[in-house]
Amino acid sequence: MLDRSPRFDQLPAMPGIGYKPQHFADIMEDARPVTWLEIHAENYMGDGGRPLAQLRALSERFPISVHGVGLSIGGAGALDTEHLARLKHLCGWLQPASFSEHLAWSTHGAEFLNDLLPLPYTDATLARVAAHIDQVQDTLGRKMLLENPSSYLAFAESTWEETEFLAELTRRTGCGLLLDINNVFISATNLGTSPQAYIDAYPLDAVGEIHLGGHDEDEDSEGRPLLIDSHGREIADPVWALLDYTLARCGAKPVLVEWDTDVPDWPVLAAEACRAATALDRIAAAQ
Amino acid sequence: MTDQTEFRAALLDARQPVPDGLLDGHGGGAGKRFSVYRNNVAVSLTEALQTGFPVLRKLLGLGNFDQLAGLYLRAHPPASPLMMHYGAQMPAFLEGFAPLQHIGYLPDIARLELAIRASYHAADADPMDAAKLAAIPAETLSTARLQFAPALKLVRSPWPLFDIWRFNSEAGAPKPQAVPQPVLITRPEFDPIPAPLTLAEAECLAALLEGVRLDHALAAATGPLDLTDLLSRLVRGQAITDIQT
Amino acid sequence: MTTTVKTVAIASAFAAAFAGTTATTAEAASKEKCYGVSLAGQNDCAAGPGTTCAGTSVTDYQGNAWTLVDSGTCDSIELPSMADGTERKGSLEPLERDLPA
Repeated sequence: MLDRSPRFDQLPAMPGIGYKPQHFADIMEDARPVTWLEIHAENYMGDGGRPLAQLRALSERFPISVHGVGLSIGGAGALDTEHLARLKHLCGWLQPASFSEHLAWSTHGAEFLNDLLPLPYTDATLARVAAHIDQVQDTLGRKMLLENPSSYLAFAESTWEETEFLAELTRRTGCGLLLDINNVFISATNLGTSPQAYIDAYPLDAVGEIHLGGHDEDEDSEGRPLLIDSHGREIADPVWALLDYTLARCGAKPVLVEWDTDVPDWPVLAAEACRAATALDRIAAAQ
Repeated sequence: MTDQTEFRAALLDARQPVPDGLLDGHGGGAGKRFSVYRNNVAVSLTEALQTGFPVLRKLLGLGNFDQLAGLYLRAHPPASPLMMHYGAQMPAFLEGFAPLQHIGYLPDIARLELAIRASYHAADADPMDAAKLAAIPAETLSTARLQFAPALKLVRSPWPLFDIWRFNSEAGAPKPQAVPQPVLITRPEFDPIPAPLTLAEAECLAALLEGVRLDHALAAATGPLDLTDLLSRLVRGQAITDIQT
Repeated sequence: MTTTVKTVAIASAFAAAFAGTTATTAEAASKEKCYGVSLAGQNDCAAGPGTTCAGTSVTDYQGNAWTLVDSGTCDSIELPSMADGTERKGSLEPLERDLPA
């Protein structure tokens, strides 16, 4: 496939949705209020068939955000250059409006563990992640966004606050940030900190995209709440409230609804996107 | 210091202690919180195997399959971030798995399910049409070599592989008969379609796939074979992309 | 069959097989038809359910122990005199001893 110039060179500050193949017909017929789509990069790295045909068709109509879930940017070893080449190929022909990945690791040696695993926030981690982000941005020839993780535990050795760690990464690499508000709420609840204080300390100027998603409620062995980032239900009310809190400080941004497990029919997703549209409208009216 | 080697070792083996230096954010150790990651890895890989091997899962039973998946994912974690390809060692794993060795067709079923997936994700290819055939001198066809779409897959088996697959995929399908049934998979548009072959058809097609001339491929078949029927099925499956004379 | 007859037979087999085919390009793919193939092994960034079950079971995964917890359709597939001539009824059998890993 020939590279083409981007049809959409940025994500609009409007609601988007995490694309699932079962919604293809619904989206092509009437996607409102959704105006852009996000795909998980790894699902479109096959050689052909329906996934790529659908993505080609969607990309003619919608700005696409490519969201990687397998690059292991926080990995202790070198980045997988084969995988990076696959990302370069995908971004080359698709010319997406945005590319993002996670502050996490998922590959160890030759093994891929299929989960976003946590990192200690130390000078050593900072240097390694910054070098990997440089490598990604150099290879892809574009700026990337980095997403904050949902945390279930903390590292004794950490010497940086997560917000400061992310801010320093943007300074060192020029990368932007993907602010997952559900992750902020999950981490704050799980680790006993304030989600509003996190937003106050977060480098909002670097935000290129916001994520929202549903979480499950569990508890730890002490009976304290332990929220799980399941992406399998409606977005919780406190997360919507935290979105309002955030948008009031940074203005309208592209806002994505993620729903990855027990995926519902399109109208349920569209209703979540409507709620995001309402939050964005409120900010527009206030400004 | 909590290094990733130690973290990974404890992830896939719950006998290993939770790594040192992990906290719960409330002044204590991480304890059970580490299990979230253990669970994410095991559950996500089990789910990938469940969706990738639906027929194997039905044959074994859901609980038995999950038990097998737990063993498999620890023996063969993914070697690539592309979950669409996860499970490639399942046929060999089943062959070496003593408790299931008496059910001889299970490895071939796993091969078939992998082939269906491979067909689904294979590169697109334009099929040949009648106009292009008309341009080829008829007398050269018998020594021609065929080129096939990457989505065409052949799964050879001494078991009634197609019948076993259909019995577990389609409501009301008949019980498998005791005849060898290799399976042809074509992808006329986007959905792979498995179909049964005779042994002779599989022998001929296997030779064609290796690039053998048509007359020699026909000679490779050890039984009678209806060439028109085999070619018609391949053409309907949009599996023939070129004829080289 | 003589070579000429064979050549003619092969040519007519091709002609019959390709009769009526025209160049087509597949459309973009709306509906999934079968087997949920597209969902096989999808990558996503969701967490599994909770903190228990599959991740933390110690006993299930040691030494290839195999216990029957339910039954599958292979119990109903009977294939007498298959491949190697032995009778096979593909039933699941419990195996509760530990095997070398």
